[in-house]
Amino acid sequence: MTDQVSLTFDGVAITAAAGQSVGAALTDAGIRSWRSTRRGGRPRGLFCGIGVCFDCLVTVDGRPNQRACLVPVRDGMRLESGGLREVDARG
Amino acid sequence: MVEFDLAVVGAGPAGLSAAVTAAEHGLRVALVDAGTQPGGQFWRHPDEQHPRPDEGRGQHLWSRFTDLRARLHGLESAAATTGRIELVSGHQVWFVEPAGEGFALHLTAVHGETRLPRVRAAALVLCPGGYDRQLPVPGWELPGVMAAGGVQALLKAHRSVAGRRAVVAGTGPFLLPVATGLAEAGAEVVAICEAGSLSGWARRPIDAAAVPSKALEAVEYAALLAKHRIPYRMRTVVTAIHGETEVGAVSVGRLDRSGRLRTDVSLPDLDVDLVAFGWGFTPSLELITAVGASTRVDVDESLVANVDDWQRTDVPGAYVAGEATGVGGALLAIAEGELAALAASRDAGRPVSEASVRRLQRQIARGRRFAAAMHRAHPVPAGWQDWLRQDTTVCRCEETTLGEICDARRELGATDARTVKLLARPGMGWCQGRVCGFAAAKLAKPVGEALTTSDLAPLAKRTFAAPVSLETLATAPTESDGAT
Ligand SMILES: Cc1cc2nc3c(=O)[nH]c(=O)nc-3n(C[C@H](O)[C@H](O)[C@H](O)COP(=O)(O)OP(=O)(O)OC[C@H]3O[C@@H](n4cnc5c(N)ncnc54)[C@H](O)[C@@H]3O)c2cc1C
Ligand code: FES
Repeated sequence: MTDQVSLTFDGVAITAAAGQSVGAALTDAGIRSWRSTRRGGRPRGLFCGIGVCFDCLVTVDGRPNQRACLVPVRDGMRLESGGLREVDARG
Repeated sequence: MVEFDLAVVGAGPAGLSAAVTAAEHGLRVALVDAGTQPGGQFWRHPDEQHPRPDEGRGQHLWSRFTDLRARLHGLESAAATTGRIELVSGHQVWFVEPAGEGFALHLTAVHGETRLPRVRAAALVLCPGGYDRQLPVPGWELPGVMAAGGVQALLKAHRSVAGRRAVVAGTGPFLLPVATGLAEAGAEVVAICEAGSLSGWARRPIDAAAVPSKALEAVEYAALLAKHRIPYRMRTVVTAIHGETEVGAVSVGRLDRSGRLRTDVSLPDLDVDLVAFGWGFTPSLELITAVGASTRVDVDESLVANVDDWQRTDVPGAYVAGEATGVGGALLAIAEGELAALAASRDAGRPVSEASVRRLQRQIARGRRFAAAMHRAHPVPAGWQDWLRQDTTVCRCEETTLGEICDARRELGATDARTVKLLARPGMGWCQGRVCGFAAAKLAKPVGEALTTSDLAPLAKRTFAAPVSLETLATAPTESDGAT
């Protein structure tokens, strides 16, 4: 059995297998979108799955615009949905 | 700063075999990869920090990987008696430039702290692989629509199933492992929609038979399709995706012999919650153009690096292997990586086996013939614009619609991809046109006209190969500063 980690998405507790990506953890929790687009306000989640498309941006422990498909889960991690935030140039 | 004989970018099939081979010939090698562990796209597997007994589940050529990985680990250790490999995982090369007699690579961590901001090496093997090629479809921006490779990555590396009822659509042999992988993981695959008709293969049986292992794979997939009762529908395309906040259903259509949508055939919609789209792959060319190597347009209309029969580019000291020389699959990538390393070793004055070189060159020529036959059998259908609407999103980042691109062409007189991009902004968002680049370049031209290097090269010249923060940019020393 693989190790489990606990994290929250917009305050709701979810669990994931250690070593999974944030995007995989959200997928397993049945969550398919976590941001809305700037122009149309449309929902987005995973698309390319490999860090190329930037559709899956999510706020991780307060850091906005992280690619959910690349960031590995960590116990106690806080995920927040939202829009694309132009905080700094692609920081 | 660290000095190496050779820097290898990418630890997929091509880069891994290049790095290991070069180090075994005595070179000091830096192997840089954006992934957290070696394997690339083909051998994505669960996190090795949390070992699992079924690590190789769903993999092909897995023993080739475990062999390369074991050799890599041996070459990483201080006890290595030949060359040495320094593996730099989780770092993206965002820029590469000529530096003195060699090259300087600028690195940034994919997340967290950058451990090694710069690597300098006398020679360079670029093995950046690629990503799924996409075509716009009405509704493709809905959650639940994914790149086929992304669905596969979720399965292989994370054991996550992206949906419960799936349609796998597009063209090419890659649709098969994705569909059977989903089914083996418990999803229902309602159909594979293959735009091509396999008659293309039958017309060039000699090319298709050039790689015997592929025939074996085909038999394996046929058995799995039968086991899971997955219908394989040829000349069939997903023409629209329906749903409010996520995918609920798709419309499908039939193509005629010339790849145009038939208006006399109507097929029922399919209820699905996942659409996996794959139209072949697009190689990553930004590092190749950054070093100044020349490019050409391949059979599948992808921009690829020009290499000679030693994997050398026309820039001395720069070699390319894998998908970036033309999409051709993992087996070909492994052979090219090995040959590039033999070439680099020989060019560095090390003795290499001429017999190995000739064996690899023969294998690569066979693999290339097979790849060309595959591309001809699985073209992007001529009618892919038939099912677009004026309000169809073309650029997912900037949410540019087909209508806006048409306006840029019609009213503002834009006649090439670059001008359309400046006026309507497709390809100007975060992904820098990686997702919509092919479609946007096609839409900027009269229907049916083939793409040329001058259409594609400007798109591949992205300022940076990876997004970097302003802080990284501000603190990065460049060769022109004289700071080393
Ligand atoms: C998402 C995806 C899934 C796929 N799954 C399969 C499959 O299941 N079966 C199959 O037959 N084929 C699959 N393919 C095709 C397969 O990837 C190729 O045939 C094969 O992997 C090519 O090997 P390669 O070494 O050229 O490139 P890759 O395997 O793509 O390796 C390239 C590596 O380079 C790294 N890289 C790229 N740019 C940089 C940079 N600037 N800095 C640092 N590192 C960089 C990447 O992170 C990657 O690890 C897939 C392709 C994709 C895109
Ligand atoms: S899904 Fe494309 S970048 Fe994460």
